[in-house]
Amino acid sequence: MSEPPAGLSVDSVTGIDVSLPLAGPGARSFAFIIDWHIRFVLALAWYVLMTVLYNGSFSLEPPPGHERAWFALVVLPVLAIYFLYHPVVELAMRGSTPGKRSVGISIVTRAGGPPGAGALLVRNVFRLIDALPVAYGVGLTLMVLTRESLRCGDMAAGTLVVYGRSATDPALLQDAAQRVGKLDSAGAEIAADLLQRWTSLVPEARIRLARALLERYLGATADLSDADELEWRSRLERLARP
Amino acid sequence: MTRSAATLTREKALAAALLARAPAWQEADQRARRFAHGRTEDVAEAARLADDYRLLAHDLARARALMPASRTREYLESAYARVHATLQHGAWDGASALRRLFVVQTPAAVRWLFPHLAWAVLIFVLSACAGFALVHRYPDLIALFASPDTIASVESGKLWTRGLLNVVPSSILSIQLFTNNIVVSLFAYCLGFLFGLGTLYILGLNGLMLGAIFAFVGEHRLAGELFRFIVPHGCVELSVMCLSGAAGAAIGEALIRPDAGGRLESFRAAALRTGPVLISCALLLVGAGLIEGFISPDPRFSLPVRLVIGVGYWCLMVAFLSGRLFAWRARRAAPAAR
Repeated sequence: MSEPPAGLSVDSVTGIDVSLPLAGPGARSFAFIIDWHIRFVLALAWYVLMTVLYNGSFSLEPPPGHERAWFALVVLPVLAIYFLYHPVVELAMRGSTPGKRSVGISIVTRAGGPPGAGALLVRNVFRLIDALPVAYGVGLTLMVLTRESLRCGDMAAGTLVVYGRSATDPALLQDAAQRVGKLDSAGAEIAADLLQRWTSLVPEARIRLARALLERYLGATADLSDADELEWRSRLERLARP
Repeated sequence: MTRSAATLTREKALAAALLARAPAWQEADQRARRFAHGRTEDVAEAARLADDYRLLAHDLARARALMPASRTREYLESAYARVHATLQHGAWDGASALRRLFVVQTPAAVRWLFPHLAWAVLIFVLSACAGFALVHRYPDLIALFASPDTIASVESGKLWTRGLLNVVPSSILSIQLFTNNIVVSLFAYCLGFLFGLGTLYILGLNGLMLGAIFAFVGEHRLAGELFRFIVPHGCVELSVMCLSGAAGAAIGEALIRPDAGGRLESFRAAALRTGPVLISCALLLVGAGLIEGFISPDPRFSLPVRLVIGVGYWCLMVAFLSGRLFAWRARRAAPAAR
C-alpha cells in the first residue's frame, strides 16, 4: 500500500517552491462521477429530443429497420457525446472538466503547468486500459497503489491531478485580519469563518463551535452558561471584535 | 518551550499585516486568470503580473512560517501556483496546440517509429504467411479464424461481403467498422503496456486471420473477389494497424529496456512521443471505415477505381503522417502572406 498522497513541488525563480496538493482516488472518483452524470444526461437529452423530433410525436421508439437519418441524427451524436466528452472537454478547458472544476481539481504536468494537447489525448487513450475489467478497476487499483495517485493514463502522459483552486474566500481573510488581536491568526480565521457561515449552519452546530472557540481562547474566564443563539453570537462577536 | 508575550504580539501583528493584503492577492489571482485564458494582452498588466509573482512569493514564504496550517496559506499557495503557471507556460491556445500536434509532433513521432514499424510489418506479414500456410495445409483450421456463417457462405461459392449493403446501410456499416478498427488499434497500442506482449498478440492474431481467410477463400476461387473488396480501404487500414502496433512496441521496449531515467520515466517518454500517432491513426481509420462502408461492398466500383481509391488514400496517409500535407499548404500560404 502506498503512503498518503504527497504534494507536487515545483522550483521557481523566486526561490519559493510552488506546492500543489495531489488529489487522491476519492476526489478523482467524485469528479468522474459528476462528469459521468453530465455526459449521460447530455446524451440522454439529445436522444429524447431528437427521437421526439424524428418521430413527430412523443414516442421514444426507434424506427423499425436501419434508417440512415436516424443513425446520423440520433445514434451517432449520442455516441460522440458519451465517448468524446473527456478528450474534447479537457482540451477545451485546459485540463479540467465540469466535474473536476466542481471538486476543485485539475490536470497539470510535472512542471505545474497545463498539459499539451498530446498529453491530454494520450491520457484519454489509456482509459481503455484503466477501465478494465469493469468500472475503472485497473485505474482505481493503480491510484490506490501509487504514491502520487496515478492511473495508467497519467503515467503515460506525465500528468498529475492536483487541487488547483482554494475554496477560501479572500473577503474572509480580510475579515480575519481585523480580528487578529485577542485571537491569533488561526483563531481569527475560524471566528471570521464561523460568523460568515452562522446562518447556514444548523443551530446546534453554531452553538457547539462558538462554545469550543470561547473555551479555547478564554479558558476558565469564558462565559459558557446556557443561552439562546443570539447570545452565543454576541459572545463570539465580543471575542473576535476588532 | 513557551514563546514570550512579545514574540506572540509580534507574530499577531505580522499575521494581521499579512492578512490585510488579501485584496492584493485576489487581484493577482484574477489577473493571472485573465492572462491564462488569453483575455488580455496588455503589457502594463503583464508587468504587474510579474510584480504579483514576487509579492505572492514573499507573502507565501511568510505565511508558511507564521501560519502553516491556515486557510491563508492554502489560498496563497493556490494563487501563487496560478501566477507561476501563467508566467511559465503562457496562455492556452487549443487550436495552435492541435496544429502543433499534427504538423510537428506526429511526423516526428512517425520518423522515430520507423525501426519499430519495420518490425511490426515483419511480424504482421510473417503471421499472415503462417495463417495462409496453416489453412492451406490443414483447411479445417479455418474454424479457428472464421465464424460458421462465413465458412458456410464461402463454401457455397459466395463471399460474405456480397449483398452486405442489402443487409446493413453503408452509414451504419461504416460506423460499426471504424469504431471496431479504432478500438483494435487503440488496444494494439495500449497493450504495449504489457511489455509489448499485448501488441505482439494483436498484430500476430490479425495477421494470422488475414492469411487464413485468404487461403480459405483461395481454395474456393474467391480470392480475387476478396482482394477487390479489401483493396480500397485495406491499404490504409492494414498500414494503420502496423503503425499502432509499432507505437505499442515502442512502449513495450521502453518498459523492457528503460533508459537512465528509469522504467516509469522511459514509459512516459515513449507514450508521450507516440501518442500523437494514435490520434492520427484514429482519424485515418474513420476515413477507411467510410470507404469500407460505402465503396468496398458496392459492386458498381470496378477494380481500377478501387485501386485508385486505395492507393490514393494510402498516399494521402503518407503525406499526412510525414507532415508533407501541411508543408504543401504552408508553402501555398507563404507567397500570399508576402
